[in-house]
Amino acid sequence: MCSLGVFPAPVTAAQTLFERNNELLSALHPGEHSQACDLPSPQFTRDTLKGHSRPESSSRSVFLDQRDTLWMRSAGAWRDAGLYGLLDEITNSAEEVPRFLAVGSACVLALLRWASSFHGSLFPHLTLSSDEMVAEFSQMLDWSDSALRSFAWHPHTDKFAVALLDDSIKIYKSNSSPTPTLKHRCQRSVCALQWKPLCGSALAVACQSCLLIWHVDPASLSTRPSSGCAQVLSHPGHSPITSIAWSPTGSLLVSASPVDTSMMVWDVAAESAVPLQRVGGGGVTYLSWSPDGSRLLAATPSALFRVWETRMWTCERWPCLKGSCQSACWSPDGGCLLLSMQGERVIYALTFSDLTGINNTYSSPVTACQLLLILKGFSSLSALLNISVGGEVCSLSWDPRGERLAVLLKGRADNHPSVIAVFKTRSSPVFELLPCGFVMGEAGAEPRFMQFHPHFQHGALLTVCWSDGRISHVPFYFSSAGLLGGDSPQQALASNTTNPSSNKLYTEQIS
Amino acid sequence: CIQAVNQTHSQRTHPRLVYFQVVIWRSVASIAWSVLLLPVTSAVFVLLSRFSLFHPIQWISECTSLLTASSTIFSLVVLCGVVLITGLFNLEFYTLVPSIPCSRMALLGTVLHPRQCVHSLVYCTMGMLVMWCASVTIGGRYSTLGIPCRQSESGEVVTCLNEYHLFLLLAGAFMGYSHSFLGVVQNMYYVSFQPIQQYKYPRFKGCLPMVVKCSVIQSLYSARNFAALYFFFGKIFINLCITLQLYSSLQPLDSLTGLLDFSLLYHLSISGTFLYFTWYLTVLLFRIYVTEAYSFPVQSTFTEDAEQCLPKVLAETNTLVMKFLALQDLALLSQHSLSRRLEVFSLSQPGGHPHNWNAISRECMSLLSELTQRLLAHQDAVASNGRVKSHPVLPLDVSETPRLSVPLRTPGSVFTSSVGGMHSALTAPFTPDVDSPFSSPAIRRLVGQQEPRSPWFGTVQSPHIMRRGPKLWSASTDSSRFTVIPLHGLETPVNSCSCHTLNCSAQVKSFLAKRVLIVYLFNKLPEASSQALFADSQAHIWALQGLSHLVAASFSEDQFGVVQTTLPSILSCLVVLLEAVDRHFKLPHASSKPVRTVCSMGDSTYKTLRFALRAALKTAIYKITTTFGEHLNAVNISTEHRKRLQQFLEFKE
Repeated sequence: MCSLGVFPAPVTAAQTLFERNNELLSALHPGEHSQACDLPSPQFTRDTLKGHSRPESSSRSVFLDQRDTLWMRSAGAWRDAGLYGLLDEITNSAEEVPRFLAVGSACVLALLRWASSFHGSLFPHLTLSSDEMVAEFSQMLDWSDSALRSFAWHPHTDKFAVALLDDSIKIYKSNSSPTPTLKHRCQRSVCALQWKPLCGSALAVACQSCLLIWHVDPASLSTRPSSGCAQVLSHPGHSPITSIAWSPTGSLLVSASPVDTSMMVWDVAAESAVPLQRVGGGGVTYLSWSPDGSRLLAATPSALFRVWETRMWTCERWPCLKGSCQSACWSPDGGCLLLSMQGERVIYALTFSDLTGINNTYSSPVTACQLLLILKGFSSLSALLNISVGGEVCSLSWDPRGERLAVLLKGRADNHPSVIAVFKTRSSPVFELLPCGFVMGEAGAEPRFMQFHPHFQHGALLTVCWSDGRISHVPFYFSSAGLLGGDSPQQALASNTTNPSSNKLYTEQIS
Repeated sequence: CIQAVNQTHSQRTHPRLVYFQVVIWRSVASIAWSVLLLPVTSAVFVLLSRFSLFHPIQWISECTSLLTASSTIFSLVVLCGVVLITGLFNLEFYTLVPSIPCSRMALLGTVLHPRQCVHSLVYCTMGMLVMWCASVTIGGRYSTLGIPCRQSESGEVVTCLNEYHLFLLLAGAFMGYSHSFLGVVQNMYYVSFQPIQQYKYPRFKGCLPMVVKCSVIQSLYSARNFAALYFFFGKIFINLCITLQLYSSLQPLDSLTGLLDFSLLYHLSISGTFLYFTWYLTVLLFRIYVTEAYSFPVQSTFTEDAEQCLPKVLAETNTLVMKFLALQDLALLSQHSLSRRLEVFSLSQPGGHPHNWNAISRECMSLLSELTQRLLAHQDAVASNGRVKSHPVLPLDVSETPRLSVPLRTPGSVFTSSVGGMHSALTAPFTPDVDSPFSSPAIRRLVGQQEPRSPWFGTVQSPHIMRRGPKLWSASTDSSRFTVIPLHGLETPVNSCSCHTLNCSAQVKSFLAKRVLIVYLFNKLPEASSQALFADSQAHIWALQGLSHLVAASFSEDQFGVVQTTLPSILSCLVVLLEAVDRHFKLPHASSKPVRTVCSMGDSTYKTLRFALRAALKTAIYKITTTFGEHLNAVNISTEHRKRLQQFLEFKE
C-alpha cells in the first residue's frame, strides 16, 4: 500500500524539463533555463493531419443506388464481406431467388450469427470492430483520438519513428538530416512500431491488415522512400495486428492479433511464419521480449497471460486474478517482469529463478508472482489548480540501466488527468523502489505514451508523447550505480518473496 | 578416381555409426508413428465415407461393425505396407539441398529420369492399392471390379465390369502419378529446417491443420483433373477391360451425366483426401523427426568417442545431413548454452591448444569462403547485362580455393551454360553436372561427396569429354535439324526468285516458330540460377549465427583469448562475403521476390534463402561490431575492410 501523496509534488504545474541532483526541475523553476538536448521534439496537431479516408464500405452512401443483377450483387457481397455478405444478400433479395435458397441462407445466417455471438460472449473483444480493437489494445492511450499513433526509438542510434493519424510514419534523427516519410497502401491504423535490433534500417510496422517491414536506408537522402522498400507480411486470419516484438538478436519477429489465437513467429527475410497456437485466452494482445532474449511475454484479452521460453517455445500459463494484462516491462537482465492489470492500481512482479536459461528452463522457472506495489490514493498536485492524479496503471517502462521506472497512470474526466509517476529503482543489495516525482507536460497536456531512450549516456532519457501532439524528452541525469550485476536483482527479489516483511519498500516505512 | 573412392570408403567407417544412430533411427521412428496413426485416419475415413445425415444410429452401428470386420483389418495391413514403402521412399529421396532446374528442359529431364519413372510407377501402384482398400471399405456399389449381371438377349448370368470400382482404381493411379510428379515440381522431398525449435508433438499438432488442408485441396484438384481425363479417355480403359471378358451393362461413367453423380464425386474426393493425407502425414513426420535438433558433445574424454564430437562432425563430408545437424547444433549452443560455449573456448589439457575453437572456426570460415568463391565465379560467368560470356569459366576454382574437400558441392547447374561456350546453351540442361537429371539425387544428399564415384567426376571442366555425356536429340548442337522443315503448301506457281525469297522467309519463320518452343524449353528461368547458388545456404546461415554469437560471447567468456587470434580473419571473411553478396544482389533477377505459393506440401523456403543469408550476414556483422565497439580499431584488418566495418559501427548499413 502506498499513497501517491508521498511523491514530491511539483511546485508549479509547468513542464518538467529534467532531473538533476535527485530533483525534477520544471521550466518555471527559479534559476533554471531550458537545457535543450539536441534531440528533435516535433509537434503534430490534429488539424494539420488529415485522418485517413472513410472506409470503403461507407463510401457506398455517396453514390446513387443502382440495381445490379443478382449475380453481380452476390459477387460484390462475396468480395466485400465474404460469406456473411453473400448470405445476407441472398436473404435480402428473397423475391428474386428460389424460395428454398432464401430460407436456407436465412437459416445458415442465423446459425452463424448465433455461433459467433456465443463465441463473442466467451471472448467479448471479438465483437469489436477492427479499429475499436486496435484502439482498445494499443499501448498508446486514447489511440483513436490522438494525433500520434505510435512511437519507437531505434535501439542503437539516435533516431526514432513516429506513426501519425494520417497513417504516415516519420523518421527523425538527431542531426538536422531530412526526415523520411513512409506511406504505403497497406499502412492503415498503425498500432505498433519497432526497429529491428542489430540492423540500421529495418522498421516493423503493425497495421490493420498486415505487417510491414520498411527498409529505410540510413544513408539515403530521400524524404519519401518508395513503397518498394517495404515488405508486406500477412497471414490469413491474422489481423488486426496490435503488437510486435523483435527478438533481441534480430533474427525473429513475433506478431500478435487479438482475433487470432496463434501468434506468428516470422523469419522476416524468408517471409515465412511459424504459428504458435494456444487456444485459451481468445487471442494475443501484447508481446514483450525480455532483453536477454530468453523469454517472451504474451498477454491475452482474457484474464490470462503466458510466458514463453524461446529455446524450445514452450509456455507457462498465468491465469490472473482479474482483468487482462495491460502492460509489462522487463528488467534489463531479463530476470524480473513487471506487469500491470487492467482496472487495477497494482504492479505485479514476476521473478525468474534461472537467469542464464541454460538447462532446466522447462521445469519451473518462475518462483512467484508477487504483488510489488499498490498505488493507492490520490495526490492533489496543486491546491491552486485543484487537480489530483492517480488511477489505473496502464503503461510501464523501465530504463535500460534499471534505475528509473516510469508508470503511466490513467486519469478520469475533469481535473483528474493522466500522469507519469517516476520511481527510482535499485536492485542491489535489495530491490528498492523510491519515489522520484511526477513528469508534467505543458498546461492541459496529458501523457499518452512513453518510452525510455535505449542508450542515453548520462543516465536515462524518457520520451513522452503528449495529448497535444508534442513529443518531448525528459532527461534524468544521474551517475549510474554501476551496471547491473549478474544475479543481484534476482536475489534481492527472491529475498523479497521469501520474507515479505523485510521488504524495504518506502511505502512500508511510511505506513 | 579410384583412390578417391577408396579414401571416401575409409572415411565412412566411423561417422557411419553416428549417422545410423541419428538418421536411420529417426526415420524408423517416423515410419512407426505413421503406421500407428494409420488406424486413426482409417477410422475417420470410414466414418466419413459411410456418412448419412438422416440415419445417424445406423451410420454409427455400421461403422463400428465395419471397423472390426476382417476385410478392414486386411485393408489396414495393405495400408501399412503402403506407408512402409512411402517411408522408405522418403528416406531414399529426401534432400537437404533442393535441386533447382535452371530451365524447363531440365525439369522435363528430371521428370523423365528413369529413377523418377520408377518412383512414379511405385506411387501409381500404391495409389491403386490405397484406392482398392478405400473402395472395399466404402462397400456398396464400389466393392468389386466384376459384378454378376444378366445379359439382356440371352438371359445368362455373366460377369460385368463394375465401372465405379474401375473409376476409383484409375483415380488412385492418377493421384499417385500426380503426387510423384508434383513431388519433383514442388520439391516435395526437400527438407527445410524451421527458424525456431519446438518439441515434436507441438510441432506436429501445429502442422496437422496445414496437412489436412493441403490434402483436401490437392484431392479436389486431382478429382477435377481426373474426372476431366476420364471424360475424354475413359472409353479406352473400358474397352481394354471388355477385351478381358468383362461386359459393361451399367450406365457408362464417361458421360457428363455419369460423372455428375454427387455421391461418386464425394467418395472420390474423400478417398483422394485419405490417400494424400496418408502420404503427407508420412512426409510430415519424417521432416519433423529428421530436422529435430541433435546435441553433439563438444569434446570427449575418450578417444573412441572423438568421432562423434562437434568439430569432427562439422568437418564431415560424407553425410550432408550430419553436417547440417552439427551446424544447427553449433548455432544453438552459441546462443543458448553457456557451459558448452565454455567448452568451445577451452584449451586442450596437455598442450594447451584451442583445438575445439580452431576446428569450429576453420570449418565455418571455409564454408563461408567457399560461398564467396562460388558467388564470385558466378559473377564472373555472368556478364553485367545478364548474357553469358563466351569464354569458359572453370568452376574448378571454387572447389580448389578454400580446401579441396569442400563438403557442400557447388550447385553446378549455375555454371554449366558457361562451360561449353555459346553453343552449349542448348546442351546446358544435359551437362553432367550434379544437378542434372542424370546424376541421381539420392547420391547427392545423404552421401554428399560422392561425385568421386559418379562417372563424371573430374570431367566437368573439359568440354570435349563433356560432349560424351548422355545426349538426347537436342544435344546434337548443329542447327540443321531445325532448318530441314517440310515446306508444304508453299509450291505456288511464281517465279523462282520470289519463290526463293518466299521459301527463305517461310523457312526463317518456321524456324523461329520452332525456336519459340526451343526457347521456351531451354530458356533459363529467371531467378533459378540465383536460387541454385544459394540452395544450401541454410548451412551458411547457421555458420554465420554460430560464429557471430561465439565471437560476441567471447568478449566476456573467453578466458584465454583464443578467439582474438582468429578475429581478424573472421572479420575479413565476413566483409568479403558481404561484398560478394552485395554484388550478387545487383545482378538482374537476383533481388526479385519469388511468388508466394499457395497451400502445398512442397516446401518453398529455398526460394528465399538468399535474402535470409543476406539478413543473417548483416546481423552477424552487427552482432560483432556492437559487442566489440571501439575495440575493433585494435584489430588488425585492412583499411577498406575497416572502412566497411566503420559503416556498421555507425549503423549506416
